Amino acid sequence: MNWNAWIPLLVVASSLLPGLFIFALAEDRVRLRTTLNLAAALVKLALVGWMLWGVYQGQHYETRLALLPELELVLRAGPLALFFVTLSAVLWLLTTVYAIGYLEGSLNRSRFFGFFSLCVTATVGVALAGNLITFLLFYELLTLSTYPLIVHRGTEVARRAGQSYLIYTFCGGALLLLGTVWLYTLTGTLEFTPRGFLSGLDEEYHSVLIIIFVLLIAGLGVKAALVPLHGWLPQAMVAPAPVSALLHAVAVVKVGAFGIVRVVYEVFGVEFAASLGVTKPLALLAAITIIYGSLRALFQDDLKRRLAFSTVSQVSYIVLGVAIAGPVATIGGVVHLVHQGLMKITLFFCAGNLAETLGIHKVSEMNGVGRRMPWTMAAFTVGAFGMMGAPPIAGFISKWHLGLGALEVGQGWVVLVLAGSSLLNAAYFLPILHAAWFRQPPNAWPQEHAYGRQETAWALLLPPVVTALLALAAGLFALLPFSPLEWANLIARREFYPL
Amino acid sequence: MMGLTSPHLPWAPLLILLPLIGGMVCFVWPRTAKIIGLCSVFSVALLVAGLAWQILENGVYRHAVGGWRAPLGIDLYADGLTLLMLVATSMVGLGVSVYAAAYFQGEHSNRFWPLWLFLLAALNALFLSADIFNLYVTLELTGLAAVALAALTGGRDALSGAMRYLLAALLGSLAYLLGVALLYHGFGSVDIATLAARIEPTPVVWAALGLMSAGLLLKTALFPLHFWLPPAHASAPPPVSALLSALVVKASFYILLRLWLEFFAPLAGDKVGDLLGLLGAMAILWGSIQALRQTRLKLLIAYSTVAQLGYLFLAYPLTLATGVKAWNAVVYLALAHALAKAAMFLAAGNLLRFGGHDRIADLDRVVQRLPLTAAAFALAGVSIMGLPPSGGFVGKWLLLEVALVQGRWDLAAVMILGGLLAAAYIFKVLGHTFTQAAVTHEPRAVPFSMEWSAFLLALSAVLLGFMASPVLTLLGIGEPFGASEIGL
Repeated sequence: MNWNAWIPLLVVASSLLPGLFIFALAEDRVRLRTTLNLAAALVKLALVGWMLWGVYQGQHYETRLALLPELELVLRAGPLALFFVTLSAVLWLLTTVYAIGYLEGSLNRSRFFGFFSLCVTATVGVALAGNLITFLLFYELLTLSTYPLIVHRGTEVARRAGQSYLIYTFCGGALLLLGTVWLYTLTGTLEFTPRGFLSGLDEEYHSVLIIIFVLLIAGLGVKAALVPLHGWLPQAMVAPAPVSALLHAVAVVKVGAFGIVRVVYEVFGVEFAASLGVTKPLALLAAITIIYGSLRALFQDDLKRRLAFSTVSQVSYIVLGVAIAGPVATIGGVVHLVHQGLMKITLFFCAGNLAETLGIHKVSEMNGVGRRMPWTMAAFTVGAFGMMGAPPIAGFISKWHLGLGALEVGQGWVVLVLAGSSLLNAAYFLPILHAAWFRQPPNAWPQEHAYGRQETAWALLLPPVVTALLALAAGLFALLPFSPLEWANLIARREFYPL
Repeated sequence: MMGLTSPHLPWAPLLILLPLIGGMVCFVWPRTAKIIGLCSVFSVALLVAGLAWQILENGVYRHAVGGWRAPLGIDLYADGLTLLMLVATSMVGLGVSVYAAAYFQGEHSNRFWPLWLFLLAALNALFLSADIFNLYVTLELTGLAAVALAALTGGRDALSGAMRYLLAALLGSLAYLLGVALLYHGFGSVDIATLAARIEPTPVVWAALGLMSAGLLLKTALFPLHFWLPPAHASAPPPVSALLSALVVKASFYILLRLWLEFFAPLAGDKVGDLLGLLGAMAILWGSIQALRQTRLKLLIAYSTVAQLGYLFLAYPLTLATGVKAWNAVVYLALAHALAKAAMFLAAGNLLRFGGHDRIADLDRVVQRLPLTAAAFALAGVSIMGLPPSGGFVGKWLLLEVALVQGRWDLAAVMILGGLLAAAYIFKVLGHTFTQAAVTHEPRAVPFSMEWSAFLLALSAVLLGFMASPVLTLLGIGEPFGASEIGL
C-alpha cells in the first residue's frame, strides 16, 4: 500500500476528527479536551515533519478523491504547501497551549476548541490544495469555521463584527467562485501547475483572463485585507486573543495572501501575468495597502487595533513580493509568509497577556509595563523590532530580499515604499516600547490578576517567548538548511522557476 | 443472489401498494398507526434499494400493470431520474417519519400516519407513471393528501393556509386535466412516448400545453404563482412542512420536467424556455428578499423554498447546447434542496417546541441550548447557500458552468446573488446562535430522535457534495435527458 497517497489527507484529518469529537464533549471534561487538543496538534506536527523530510529528498505526497465529474479533490504536499502547513502546525500547537491558558474557566469551551480545530483544518486544507476547486472548498470552510470564533464572546459588538466579516468574506467568496468557474469553462482544468496553465490560451482570451484575474484577486484580497477590502479586519478584533493571534498570523489573512501567491505563480504563471500587465497594478495596490495600513496604525490607541492595521500593512509585503515578479523579490515575499506569522503572533500573544493579566487594552495604559511583565515585553520588543525590519530578526530578511528583488528588476520605487513603511512602523512601535520600558508605571493597573510569583500564567507566557525566539532564529540562522529562507529558495527553485 | 436483481421482481408496484395498504391499516386500526407507519416507510426504503439494484443490473424498468400494455393499460416506468426522486422521497420520508413518531401524539398521530402513507403512495406512483393521465391521478392524490396534512392540527392559521393551498392545488390540477383531455382528444393516447411521436404544433396542442404548464407551475409555486406556498408551508406542523417543501412541490416539477423533455421542448423552443428562466430568476431574487424580511422562522424557511425552486427553472433556457449537464445540475439541486429543506423545517420545529415561539429576534433564548439542532440548521444552510462541500454546491457549480459556457451572464449573476442573499437570511438566524441571553422561561424538552433526524438529514445534504460521480452515473441510466455528450 502506498502511504504517501494518504499522508496529506491524514494531516487534514488530524485536526478535523478531534475537532468533531470535541464538539460532542461536555463542558467540564477539561482534561480529556486538553489532552485531545495537544495530542492532535503533536500528531499533525509529526506528520508534517515526516513530509518535510520526504519532500526535501524528493518524495511526492498526493491524495486524490473524486469530487465533481472530471474535477478531483487534490491534496498535494509540494514545497510551497509544506511551507505554509508547517507554519500552521507549529503555530496551532502554540496557540492551543495559549488558548487553554487564556480561556480557563470561561464558557462554551468545547464549542470554541471545536471550531478552532476546524479553522486549522481549513487552513491546512487551503495550504495543501492541489487545484483551485479544492482551494475554494477549504477557503469557504475557513469562512464558516472562523465566524463562530469571532462572535465567541456573544456580545452585540461581537455579533456586528461577525456580520461585517461575513458580508466581506461571502462577497469575496462569490467573486472567487465566479472566477474559478469561468476559468474552468475556458481551460477544463484547475490544477496548480508550475509556471501556470494559462499561457497556452489564444490571444483573444487575454482580455477575459484579465477580468478573471481581477475577480480572483478581489476574492482573495478580501481575506488578505488589501485596501479597500480590509474593513472587516479591525472590527474582528473583538474576538478572544488566541483567535486574533491565529487570524492574523496563519488562518484568515495569510490564507488570502497564500491564495494570491498560488494564483499568480501556479494559475497564471508570473511571466504570463506580467505579460498580461496585471502584476504592476497589483504591486501598486500592495504598496498603497502597505502605506495606508501603517498610517492608520499610527493613530490607534487601542493596542489590538494598532496591531490589526499593522497586519493590513505587513501582509501586503507578501503580495508586493509576488507582484514585483522577480525571483529574489518572490523569495522575500514568500518568506514573509512565515516571518510575519511568527512576529505577528508574538505581538498578539503579548497583547492578550497584557489584557488578561493587567487589564491593559490601550497603548496609553502601557507606561512602565516592562517592569511588571519583563518576559512578555521582551517578546513584544523582539516582534516589534522584527516588524520594523531591524537585523538580525526575521523581518529584516524579508525586507532585504524585497528591496534587492525590486532593484534587480529595476523597480526602485519599491525601495522607497519599503523605507517609508519601515519609518512608519518605527513611528507606531517605538513609542510603545519607550513607554513600556522607560516610563514610570502607574500606581495601580486597570484590572490586575495575580499569578503567584510569575508575571502571568505559564500557558500564556511560554507561547510568545517561543515564537519570539523562533522569529529571532529565523533571522539569525537564515542560511542554514530548513530555515524559512532556505526553504523559500527551495520553493523558488522547484515550483516557481523550475529549470 | 442473482434472483434479487431479476427484471421481473415487482419492486415498483410494491412501492405503491405497500404504503397504500399500510395507510389503510393505520386508518382502520388507529392504535397501530405509529408502528405500522414506521414499518411501512422503512420497508419502502428497502424496496427503493431493491429497485435501484434492479435498475443498475438491468437498465430501465418497464412494467405493464395487469399485463396490459399502453395505450390500454397502465405502464410503470423507472429510469435514473425516477430512481433518484424515489430515493430522495424515501430518505426524506424516513427522517420525517422518525421525527413525526416523537412529534405527534394521540389524535394527531392517528390522523397523520394514514395521510402521510397515502401521500407516500401517491408520490411513488407519480414518479413511476409513464402516461399523462396517471400523472394527473397521482398528482391529484398527492395534492389532496398534502392539503389534508397541512390542515392536520386545525387552528385558524393552519386552516386558512390549507384553504388557499386547496384552491391552488385544485385549480392547478384542473388546468392540467383540461390539457390532458385536449391532448387525448387530439391524438387518442395518454402515453408519453406515443404522444411524443404523434404530437404536432397546432393551436389545440398549444392550448393543451399552456393549460398543463400553467397548472403545474401553479402547483410548483413558481413566481408569481407562489402566493399560496408561504402561508401553507409555514402554518402546517413542522414535519408536514418538511414534506410539503421537500417533496410535494418537487412532484409537480418532476411532471413538468418529464413533459418538457419528451414533447414540450421541441415544440415550445427558446421563447418559453427563456420565460421560465426569467421567472426562475425573479423567484430567486423575490423569494430571497422576502425571506430576509421575515421575522418568523418558519415563514423565512418557506420563502427560502420559493427562492430555491427558482433555481430549478434556470436550466430551461440553458439546455440547448449542454442539455444533460444543465438537467443534471437541476436534479442535483432538487435532491439537495429536498434534504436540506426538510432538515431545516425539522430544526425549526425543534426550536419552536423548545422555546414555544419562532420569532427570530428572540431565538437566542433557545438556540444555544439545542446545539445539535443549531448544527442541523447550519449544515442545511450550507447546502442552501451553495457553499462547498454540499449537494447545493455541486448543483450550483454545474449550473454556473453551463451558464458561463453559454455566456448567460444574467443567469450567472442571479445565481451568485441568490447565494449571497441566502447567506444573509440564514445567518440572520444563525447570528443568534452565539449571542448570550438569559433563559427567561421554562423550556420544553426536545426528544432525542427529533434532534437527530433533523441533524442526519442536514448531514446527508452536505455529504451529497461528495457523491457527485455515483449520483450522476445513476441519473444517467436510461438517459432521461437524451444522449449525453462527451464528458457527461
